[in-house]
Amino acid sequence: MGIVHGEEMVLNIGPQHPSTHGVLRMKVRTDGEILTQITPIIGYLHRCFEKHCENVTYQQCLPYTDRCDYIASMNNNFGYAVAVERLMGIEVPEKVEYIRIIVAELNRIASHQLAIGTFGLDVGAFTPFLYCFRDRERILDLFEMLCGSRLLYNYIWVGGLSHDLPAGFVEKVYEFIDYFEPNIQEYNDILTFNKIFIERTADVGVLPEDVAISYGVTGPNLRGSGVKWDLRRHDPYSVYDKLDFDIPVGTGAMGTVGDCWDRYYVRIREMEESAKIIRQALDQMPVEGDIREAVPKRVRPPKGSIYVRTESPRGELGYYIISDGKPKPFRLHMRSPALTALSVIDEIGRGWMLSDVLAILGSLDIVLGEIDR
Amino acid sequence: MVDYLIEILSRGLMSNVHPVVVFITAGILTALPIFLFMAFFALAAVYAERKVSAFMQDRLGPMGQGAGFHAGKWGLLQTVADAIKLVIKEDIIPAKADRKLFILAPFIVFVGAFITYVALPFNQVIMAADFNIGIFYILAMASLGVIGIILAGYGSNNKWSLYGAMRSAAQIVSYEIPAALSILTVIMLVGSLEMQEIIMAQSGTIWGFLPNWFIFNNPFTFLAFFIYFISGVAEVNRTPFDLPETESELVAGFHTEYSGIRWGFFFLAEYAYVFIVAAVASIVFLGGWQSLIPGIMAGSVWGLFWFFAKTGFLFFVMMWFRWTFPRLRVDQLMRVCWKFFLPFAFINILGVGIWDLFIR
Repeated sequence: MGIVHGEEMVLNIGPQHPSTHGVLRMKVRTDGEILTQITPIIGYLHRCFEKHCENVTYQQCLPYTDRCDYIASMNNNFGYAVAVERLMGIEVPEKVEYIRIIVAELNRIASHQLAIGTFGLDVGAFTPFLYCFRDRERILDLFEMLCGSRLLYNYIWVGGLSHDLPAGFVEKVYEFIDYFEPNIQEYNDILTFNKIFIERTADVGVLPEDVAISYGVTGPNLRGSGVKWDLRRHDPYSVYDKLDFDIPVGTGAMGTVGDCWDRYYVRIREMEESAKIIRQALDQMPVEGDIREAVPKRVRPPKGSIYVRTESPRGELGYYIISDGKPKPFRLHMRSPALTALSVIDEIGRGWMLSDVLAILGSLDIVLGEIDR
Repeated sequence: MVDYLIEILSRGLMSNVHPVVVFITAGILTALPIFLFMAFFALAAVYAERKVSAFMQDRLGPMGQGAGFHAGKWGLLQTVADAIKLVIKEDIIPAKADRKLFILAPFIVFVGAFITYVALPFNQVIMAADFNIGIFYILAMASLGVIGIILAGYGSNNKWSLYGAMRSAAQIVSYEIPAALSILTVIMLVGSLEMQEIIMAQSGTIWGFLPNWFIFNNPFTFLAFFIYFISGVAEVNRTPFDLPETESELVAGFHTEYSGIRWGFFFLAEYAYVFIVAAVASIVFLGGWQSLIPGIMAGSVWGLFWFFAKTGFLFFVMMWFRWTFPRLRVDQLMRVCWKFFLPFAFINILGVGIWDLFIR
């Protein structure tokens, strides 16, 4: 009997599909269940972020940064504020720095919760998603208390913050951390060490160290491949250098270093580290301080350009700003960590099954708002 | 049931009517309660599924605000509202679909489930027809649904549906083998395919306290129960084996293109199959309507209670699976079936044979 030759089928995944995490479209060639080629097609959520910014003042750019990575708005605000401050040479009060770190790390936890929850959905586990959302809800409540908003905060301003901490906020954050830290065990019980979950994710979609670096993958995806690289430690901004935390990396505990399980587990461990950072920041935060002390009346940076990178939950979030001395940026570019993460999907997803490719996509934790901008 | 009805009707009301008409009337009178039961069970099951999943996920699930037609108390009317929505929804047939197959598919799936109920004994007397090949008939008819699923996938003219249908065909056909082989162990011990006789064989006790159900009968039937139940879960496409309709991969699998009441038929059939798997497991391995404590609470009304208690428990276990586990991948699913369940099912048959010959 001769070998049966099947024909390859072109399959269109998205932009409306339950697990493309937004409006990603993937054109894939399939040989039965095996995918032989994956072409991500982006741009369905393009909103001209960078061009918009050239037409509004520096302060007005800030709300747009919220809308890029809408899962981690605080971190986006943070990066932009740090960039403009460095360009203008503004020193912000210490209290502001600590508050920024607290909210940024809270948002990192919220973002990772969404990442692991939706990753669970991608491999078919529904319940962990709601466990994550139950805890994420508490963080959103905290943010609502802080700035009245639950998704797009616009909280970290150039030179300061929009509001001071409301009364009782610090106690509530302590309360949340006390509640949350033991709760991570619950995620591990239901999802992380589930046999089926390990079968589905270990050894799947291995992203080797060199490939990750050559594609410019950053953040938890890079650390999942075993590279100890965290901008909070290696290129410190704000007061991260005064805080003590570990950088979790993928160890290949269940399979190979850099597989989906490693990328997932790095996020779980990072949530623990973030909780640790928040606790330290709350302990060290000065009580006194005017949060608007350093807020400039007019934001008009001197001529020049700057590239500032910060560690967002998805990786190296960079802002490149060129100023020509006017109140509006001459050019503003954002380096999206999710875009580089998405670019490896063909490299590491080719040859895997349809189910695996969607799991790999979930493990990369992309946000289309940031990729398309 | 049918036999009784024919007898009663031909002696009384319809004594002057042609026997064929009597037969058809009796058939309809038997089928109607089954249909109503299926519809009611689907409603109840969806409600239970919603509530159980909600409690497992730290939610409340559907909650009505008391009076009014919002959703009733505790959301009791939620599924009724859903059913009404399904019925009045627009019926869309895709322009490029194979019209005939597209329309035919849900009926085949539904009929497959429907006619399987004929041989299910709900208690000592309530049973549509008790014939001598009962369990064989159930196994045969329950696998009819896969034809409908393939037709739905093929007829929809949608790549996702086709994927779902192909996966479903491979999965259901594969898992039928260990499921049937596991039931064979019990048939070897009973020596009959008749449902009531299988249940009758499970009366009495082992060692004076354990009910003489086949799950406790010997180590091989104990294992066979688990193989059957897990294969059954796979056969009805529920998580962790819900590959034909994986919502995160195939959108909705074979029923992606269906809407309204056509989709409702798939849904009804899905829950009907779930009930069949739970019911067969409880009849063949857990004594059907036999009481948990032999001799106590043994009447036919209690029989109904025990049957539904056991079936309901197994259904709850299925929900438990669904809301706890991630799903397997296609190749892993096949590996579990062919490399683990099938060899163990064969060992079981051998083991039961030896047990039956030498030990019992």
